[in-house]
Amino acid sequence: MRHLLSTKDLSRDEAVAILDIAEDMADVANREVKKLPTLRGKTVVNLFFEDSTRTRVSFEVAAKRLSADVINFSAKGSSVSKGESLKDTAQTLAAMGADAVVIRHGASGAPRVLADSGWIDAGIVNAGDGTHEHPTQALLDAFTIRKRLHGSASRGRALDGVTVAIVGDILHSRVARSNLWLLSTLGASVQLVGPATLLPVSTEGWPATVTLDLDAAVDAGPDVVMMLRIQAERMTAAFFPNAREYSRQWGLDDERVARLPAASMVMHPGPMNRGLEISSGAADSERSTVLEQVANGVSIRMAVLYHLLSGTGEARA
Amino acid sequence: MSIRIIGARLPDGTSRDLFIENGRFVDQLSGSQSSGSQSIDAAGLIALPGLVDLHTHLREPGFEQSETVLTGSRAAAIGGFTAVFAMANTLPVQDTASVVEQVQAFGQQHGYVTVRPIGAVTAGLAGQQLSEIGAMAQSRAHVRVFSDDGHCVHDALLMRRALEYVTTFGGVVAQHAQDPRLTLGAQMNEGALSNELGLAGWPAVAEESIIARDVLLAQHVGARLHVCHVSTAGSADVIRWAKARGVDVTAEVTPHHLLLTEELARSYDSRFKVNPPLRRDEDVLALREALADGTIDIVATDHAPHPVEAKDCAWGEAANGMVGLESALSVVHAAVVESGMLDWSDVARVLSSKPAEIGRLSGYDSAFAIGSPANLTLYDPAASRTFSVNDLRGKGVNSPYLGRQLPGRVITTIHNGYLTVSDGELVDADTVAKDAVAGNGGAHG
Repeated sequence: MRHLLSTKDLSRDEAVAILDIAEDMADVANREVKKLPTLRGKTVVNLFFEDSTRTRVSFEVAAKRLSADVINFSAKGSSVSKGESLKDTAQTLAAMGADAVVIRHGASGAPRVLADSGWIDAGIVNAGDGTHEHPTQALLDAFTIRKRLHGSASRGRALDGVTVAIVGDILHSRVARSNLWLLSTLGASVQLVGPATLLPVSTEGWPATVTLDLDAAVDAGPDVVMMLRIQAERMTAAFFPNAREYSRQWGLDDERVARLPAASMVMHPGPMNRGLEISSGAADSERSTVLEQVANGVSIRMAVLYHLLSGTGEARA
Repeated sequence: MSIRIIGARLPDGTSRDLFIENGRFVDQLSGSQSSGSQSIDAAGLIALPGLVDLHTHLREPGFEQSETVLTGSRAAAIGGFTAVFAMANTLPVQDTASVVEQVQAFGQQHGYVTVRPIGAVTAGLAGQQLSEIGAMAQSRAHVRVFSDDGHCVHDALLMRRALEYVTTFGGVVAQHAQDPRLTLGAQMNEGALSNELGLAGWPAVAEESIIARDVLLAQHVGARLHVCHVSTAGSADVIRWAKARGVDVTAEVTPHHLLLTEELARSYDSRFKVNPPLRRDEDVLALREALADGTIDIVATDHAPHPVEAKDCAWGEAANGMVGLESALSVVHAAVVESGMLDWSDVARVLSSKPAEIGRLSGYDSAFAIGSPANLTLYDPAASRTFSVNDLRGKGVNSPYLGRQLPGRVITTIHNGYLTVSDGELVDADTVAKDAVAGNGGAHG
């Protein structure tokens, strides 16, 4: 694996291998010295065209635990010619000898353009591109589900037979897209839930069922309910009447949580809008995996950087 | 100048020699001139009437980094064109007599093709009030086609007024059919693929609903309507329905919408980003059918050159548009001639006589007839080439066909009786400009 651009490109074996490496990486976090020498001498650049402190810090911690040199490059705000700055920035980083570039960009496909451009010869990790994908988020979600279900016996397992309801703004969610491909590759069955205005007009070819009715989805007793963040701009653009109505129809409130089977887990990629898509009761309950997701994010990102840079995948050019 | 073309095969399949003198077709060369005449062996070549593009962006004035009247004219000539209609979205906008006269004069001076400026429907393309349509129509540029292309005239009342007003001057409104509200931030055709790629969708209904409204408006006020770059199967259905009702509507399709599909967006390669966007397979097939059955009247390129930096970026940040003049004939050949849907006489109609008729450009109604202006192109249908930047002659290299195998090649282009392309290469600019001056007054139909 040369780049990680989309979870759609991952085979089942590759995905399980990354999750297994992440198990090893998680063990490192429990040591007194939380550091491996694996990527010593490698340079990882966090190239963020959009603000995302959480994701950037997660990648930074991951790279540092592997002893890589980390450069944070915040390229936000060049409004005149953003495209030119992607190219110029990439060439600048290439000249500095970056081995991997972790890129967050507001335009869908920007990581792919970077990988195909010839501007830079480095491994590219997509840390979220527009409304396209966020592969490491999906990997950490899969890791979290597997860990909850199988604990210390997780290694080597996929997610066969696991049922996952992804709820909310599917249309604009890169988290939903990456999870859709990855979870189904791993054998889970995925149901997408949300108002028609926030569901794609066509999901032909998507390995998922679709429903508009959260209550029906809850009553089906899914193993996982994954709530997505509602962005403030969706409310001003008439995708739904107002926050109260959204919350009533598609929010995971205490009453709906109570109807879930005892073992069902509640996930959220953060940051949460408490009281909108998720109640505090749901967010803070035993079912909630929110904090595990954050911790597992570091392990997954260590695994991805390790996989890309240490030569365990295909030989790098 | 006199030219003898030996053994050309005409679009109707017959072969004969063609004689050109003083800018026009003649039945034989006069004795005095035949000694100094040029002979062109056209064995194996098809003679097509000079191609006419009703939809070209020449970018001058204002965007000379993308294209100029000269460079765009050269791109047109190498593609077999002898006339182009230059869209109004220049800077300043082609919304006054002085700007359209300037563009027309540049074209005349360079001489590669006849340049007919298109006038803006609304002042500054702003969609607020009508531009000086009468002044442009009565200027030396004789503007007959009015378009806000790039923007839809979306205000229904303004569109009604425009349709009514241009009839005074024998003009036509060429509508860029795109509901702006339904296409906010749109990046590609809306469907399963746009959803997978996370690119904001440009739904077919945003085009079809405007066309449906406009054909009804045109019928109501008894005006002529032309629909630019039809891109969906549903649009073809609406136009077919309107023609059956007797609405005076014509429509164009671009070469790229006849050949390419949205699947190309998978690469996020912004060369394939265009407005309206590339659509589905079934749209491409429906557009070919509509062109073959006459629902869609013509092929027009929507030649849209951009500087490299406008495309060298992420998809969402890239400019819309593709260059198309140099490749148009080969693409039409590949899309609808090789499949047997159109023959060469149909090609002559959809790429020459009909666009000239829609644009009220004289001299193209009876191709190759004795006494009519000598505008033609000789095309080698047996040639095949891997299309590359070396085949482009304009400033833009944003061609979606780079690296693609395309049939055919333009060998010769003759504009008003003088050569603009010879042996597959452009005649130099000075020679063409001199010939254009010498030919003036001789062959203007």
